[in-house]
Amino acid sequence: MEIKNLVQLSELAEKDGLSLGRAAIRLEAAEQQVTEEEIERELIRRAEIMKRSVATGLEGMKTASGLVGDQGRRMRGYLGQTKCLASPLYAKAMAYALAANECNAGMGVIVAAPTAGASGVLPALVCAMEEEMSVTGTKLAEALAAAGAVGAVIARNASLSGAEGGCQAECGSAAAMAAAAAVEMLGGSREQALQAAAMALQGMLGLVCDPVAGLVEIPCVHRNAGAVTQALMAADMAMAGVTFAIPVDEVIEVMGKIGRVLPVALRETALGGLAASPTGRAIAERVLGKDSQC
Amino acid sequence: MTLFDIIGPVMIGPSSSHTAGAVRLGLMARNVLGCQPEKADIYLHGSFRCTYRGHGTDRALVGGLLGYPTDDTRIRDSFRHAADSNLQYRFIPADLGDVHPNTVKFELTGQGRQCTVVGCSVGGGAVEVTNINGYKVKLTGELPALVVPHIDRAGYIAKVSGILGAEEINIAAMHVGRNQRGGTALMIIETDQMIDSVLLQVIDRIPGVSGSFVIAPL
Repeated sequence: MEIKNLVQLSELAEKDGLSLGRAAIRLEAAEQQVTEEEIERELIRRAEIMKRSVATGLEGMKTASGLVGDQGRRMRGYLGQTKCLASPLYAKAMAYALAANECNAGMGVIVAAPTAGASGVLPALVCAMEEEMSVTGTKLAEALAAAGAVGAVIARNASLSGAEGGCQAECGSAAAMAAAAAVEMLGGSREQALQAAAMALQGMLGLVCDPVAGLVEIPCVHRNAGAVTQALMAADMAMAGVTFAIPVDEVIEVMGKIGRVLPVALRETALGGLAASPTGRAIAERVLGKDSQC
Repeated sequence: MTLFDIIGPVMIGPSSSHTAGAVRLGLMARNVLGCQPEKADIYLHGSFRCTYRGHGTDRALVGGLLGYPTDDTRIRDSFRHAADSNLQYRFIPADLGDVHPNTVKFELTGQGRQCTVVGCSVGGGAVEVTNINGYKVKLTGELPALVVPHIDRAGYIAKVSGILGAEEINIAAMHVGRNQRGGTALMIIETDQMIDSVLLQVIDRIPGVSGSFVIAPL
């Protein structure tokens, strides 16, 4: 069956006493006529590919602009420094989000979760939570399933595409997905997972998609790091009992509506925002050469 | 939509539309030709024309022509692999008219065959082939497609669908077009089951039909 919104999924899960992620796995297994273990195995396989994308990015990547490729490595080198403001988990998540999205920029293998442009967020969460909170196996699969369910509802009721909805639809959606996943990993309630998704997404509302030279590099790589910290903040707040008045399903619809009124120049066309800044234009001319007149 | 469309696809970066979609378009064109191409003229339109180098669209298209799936790391070095596989290619910036911004046209030759394929990358790695050998089509690569060129005369649809029905092959979608009344027509049938070479020969032996082929799904 198709899930119309997250409240519906939460009610379904409640009936059987399941977490959001487990309910999503059960639905997927029924849909594909396979066992829940098979769905889990495939989710864990994809988590492994996510982890490899982080590791690959940390080795350093060659990208089209040459202006990103070692940002994740730089951030990881800062871990453990006494002046580092973030906790080890937050700092790792930042480093890993930069790295995984640099892996994408450098034509490495990634999991587009939900998109290539936002492919650093969930891998960063997965790696940081595994290393710092020992989250593995079934719990990891359930967390990714919860993330997938949030993403599927966003795809249905708003958009996951930067060309349609700006960066809020890509990195914003990834942040909402990662926030729900983090709560699932921490053993929070269904309601806390939905609250976390709502808080993460509201914090990304209105974010435009303005890629310099049209490349998935600047600001995408840094936005991925911002998105994963937004997700962690939202998960922390939800676990602390902080509540957000607007329900997640409404926040999702709002994101879609904002996306539809964003000017085309701010929806992946590289005609506005940072792409249209003097430095952004200069980079475009250098990278694309005469083709930049397109 | 499944969970794995959201937690996926697994692909080579950096762009689902400009990289993963481009690989799939190359694969579709290769499947239309039915063999490894030896020569490929690749016309790039719109956003593909403007940003193909930065997104690796060029390497992705060639990777697809070489038969690589979207997560194959050889895509990065597809130009070198093309040379090893005797595939000559060139990219030609073009205005293909009032079409989707991410549109590409392939002119392929190989093993004595040739074909022209136009397709576009519509987002998230999904693609649509819009024209084959001058005939308008709409194929997504999700299902096998039987292509039957025939004389534009009454009864051909019944003959072909009768043969398919007798073999328990279900038709999922069908498209029929012609260049002019009484001229040549093209029937494209997407099926739930694969069509083997024996059945293809049976169809191709219908008087007035010639040059039928099957496009394998992605």
